[in-house]
Amino acid sequence: MRDVWITGIGLVTSLGEGAEAHRAALGAGTPSLDEAGFAPFPVHPAPALDLDRQIPKKGDQRQMEPWQRLGTYAAGLAIDAAGARDPALLARTHLVVAAGGGERDIALDEAVGAELAGLPAEAAGRLLNERLATGLRPTLFLAQLSNLLAGNISIVHGVIGSSRTFMGEESAAADAVRIARARIAEGRGDIALAGGAFVASRWDLLLLYRPGGGLWEGPWQPLSGRAEGGRPAMVLGTAAAFLVLEAAEHAKARGAKGLARLTDVVSGAARRRGGGGEIAQSARALAARLEPALGAGPLGILSGESGAQPATAEEEEFLASLAAPHIPSRAVAIRRTAGLLGHSVEAAFPANIALGALALSHGAFPPSLDPADTGEAGPVDQILVTGIGQWRGEALALLDRIPESENAR
Amino acid sequence: MSDADTDHLGRPLVAVTGLGIVTPLGWGVADNWAALTAGRSGIRRIRRFPTEHLRTTIAGTVDLPNEAPGDVVSAPQRVETMAAFAMEEALSQAGIGAKGHFPGPLFLGMPPVEFEWPQRLDLTRAAGAAPGYGGIVAAARGRVDLYETFLFGGVGERLADRFGTEGAPISLTTACATGASAIQLAVEAIQRGEATAAIAVGADGSVNPEALIRFSLLSALSTRNDAPEAASRPFEKSRDGFVMAEGAGALVLESLAAARARGARVLGLLLGCGERADSFHRTRSNPDGGAIIGAMRNALADAGLAPSDIGYVNAHGTGTPENDKMETLGMRAVFGEAAPPISSNKSMIGHTLSAAGAVEAVFSLLTIREGRLPPTINYEVPDPAITLDVVPNVARDASVRHVLSSSFGFGGQNVCLVLGAPPA
Repeated sequence: MRDVWITGIGLVTSLGEGAEAHRAALGAGTPSLDEAGFAPFPVHPAPALDLDRQIPKKGDQRQMEPWQRLGTYAAGLAIDAAGARDPALLARTHLVVAAGGGERDIALDEAVGAELAGLPAEAAGRLLNERLATGLRPTLFLAQLSNLLAGNISIVHGVIGSSRTFMGEESAAADAVRIARARIAEGRGDIALAGGAFVASRWDLLLLYRPGGGLWEGPWQPLSGRAEGGRPAMVLGTAAAFLVLEAAEHAKARGAKGLARLTDVVSGAARRRGGGGEIAQSARALAARLEPALGAGPLGILSGESGAQPATAEEEEFLASLAAPHIPSRAVAIRRTAGLLGHSVEAAFPANIALGALALSHGAFPPSLDPADTGEAGPVDQILVTGIGQWRGEALALLDRIPESENAR
Repeated sequence: MSDADTDHLGRPLVAVTGLGIVTPLGWGVADNWAALTAGRSGIRRIRRFPTEHLRTTIAGTVDLPNEAPGDVVSAPQRVETMAAFAMEEALSQAGIGAKGHFPGPLFLGMPPVEFEWPQRLDLTRAAGAAPGYGGIVAAARGRVDLYETFLFGGVGERLADRFGTEGAPISLTTACATGASAIQLAVEAIQRGEATAAIAVGADGSVNPEALIRFSLLSALSTRNDAPEAASRPFEKSRDGFVMAEGAGALVLESLAAARARGARVLGLLLGCGERADSFHRTRSNPDGGAIIGAMRNALADAGLAPSDIGYVNAHGTGTPENDKMETLGMRAVFGEAAPPISSNKSMIGHTLSAAGAVEAVFSLLTIREGRLPPTINYEVPDPAITLDVVPNVARDASVRHVLSSSFGFGGQNVCLVLGAPPA
């Protein structure tokens, strides 16, 4: 099995874009919020982006809605960060995207809903056909299709080695990164782009997530404050994160610097139907699989806990078990990112891996992001990223610092 | 593992030990194969919802058992029901694991799902004086049933729970290549040694007004509404688009060594998978056919076979003017003048979209096993630009050892599979 490095990240969140913006913004600890537009649900909006930088053709931009644009933009940032913008290299770059659904036409939905709701079924059905046939924009279908984020990344950036789109909320992202990594480790390709995007400022997504009972209502508060007593505490956050994963030998051969080694990604799916505890148990089982790769040096944990319950309470149980590590002398620091950034579903796990890779390459773990965070900010050797799904699915990623000697340019 | 259990790259050979299928032609392998080789069409007039104002009023719908006219059944419920049937059939043939425990992961190809108009209108009514999204989101409070139905991961999670598959179920979409991608991911997991068995499913149940209208707006659908059974005309001169259809296909895959060790009957081998994405356009292939040709060649190379080893091609063959022209170009580029016979199951079942790659992989294996090529029906007037042997109208006996099955999707996602006879 070959070592797999992260050689580029493309990260956009409500705090901004790119490595420097995030280092500064995580230090400042001030969230970017829209508390009025989707009240009573606060959301973390997209930052202003100069789309032309990554999606130069206006025609391409017009074929997309914000979700696909955001993801395509972040994918381009990752390619640039990895120094991989070479058509021949991109032509053999593999692509795995974790996708939700694209935007609906909100105004059309509302108009049609208001007109049809009071009609008998048969009449409503006839009128629905008429309204949709004349009201739907043809391009919107493509902007809605989940696999067209990947399609647009192929079209705009020329990534065509292969293209796969996983669906299934947080789990989709974990398995996208896991499988992209595993394929490179086994030699099925040398380089891959994996990640996802999520736009929080969308009524159609609030309609999907609201009935699950996990969303926080009211003014923003730090995550741990919201979640006290097991209250639902999820605030959706806009984010996109793409990772360039590359065989270490391939990166070295083309003179690309590794930000971190993606040592392993493990995923599972507890049957969350019993009396509780299954989630923490599943997470502990995943951690046990990573244990042989855990060293004795300082460990940073980037928790992606969403705030949804009972997943978040059980993740806290799991984190508490890690804070009492198997090596007592080992320093452990925990950071919960979903307070400051919001929960970005398909983008959350890749975003936290991206933040972990940045921390390892900069030699500095972020300062506390939430009052519940513990441990010192400082250099860490390893970072564990958690990705516990709000409804289903558990995942962990382990990142290692790449020693200078291996990474000399 | 002996040499006989590994392929030309030293990877574990992947055996197919169970097949399951639902299409407009029926529920189950036996009924489907009989209808398919009889050249029967499953396309019919849509009766599920009013069709006034629609350009296309025909489809290959699959009604669920006990479904009554007017019942509100959402796409995820259709997908789950048909996928579960196909999985059950495939598992019972494979005789693997135990009831409620399958010893490997689930790869589920399915369409993206979302709240549909019946749910949206119900919530609008519940919102009363506060219509609009703010109102319906408020009215959706406590509707955990809706949340669990329409989450992308919902169908896969319930299937994984029901059949007791291992690990996190993986749901995926690569448009019309989805079913083939699901199989490819399962094959890779076995080749990588992550699993000795996996179940791959492709399922779709999207015939609803909005989906139909969206495809109509792309001018992708046949409008031959007056003659539903004659509407799907792949490779034929007057073809005017595909016909939406529903269904599911499932394959139980195992390493050949594991299948042999447990004494399982090996139905065939999954020898190779090839893919190539296209960067040309969202709904059209690059006119040079590069991605289609690349996917076909990659599949052959992955299987360690030469074009001349392929005895039959199970076409993507949607019946759109564009696809069939490009597929012909790809066939000629890969196979030259000696192209093997190619036929389109879609001439009878329509385009089952996310299910198609899996459904057609099932039919490809049956073609090898039964020694009979299913026809391309509705082939009346040849298209002079398409000179392939499309097995017109009538099934044909033929001894075939290797089949190439092609799936080409919107968004430029192309996947080809090579399936083979069981080892002697």
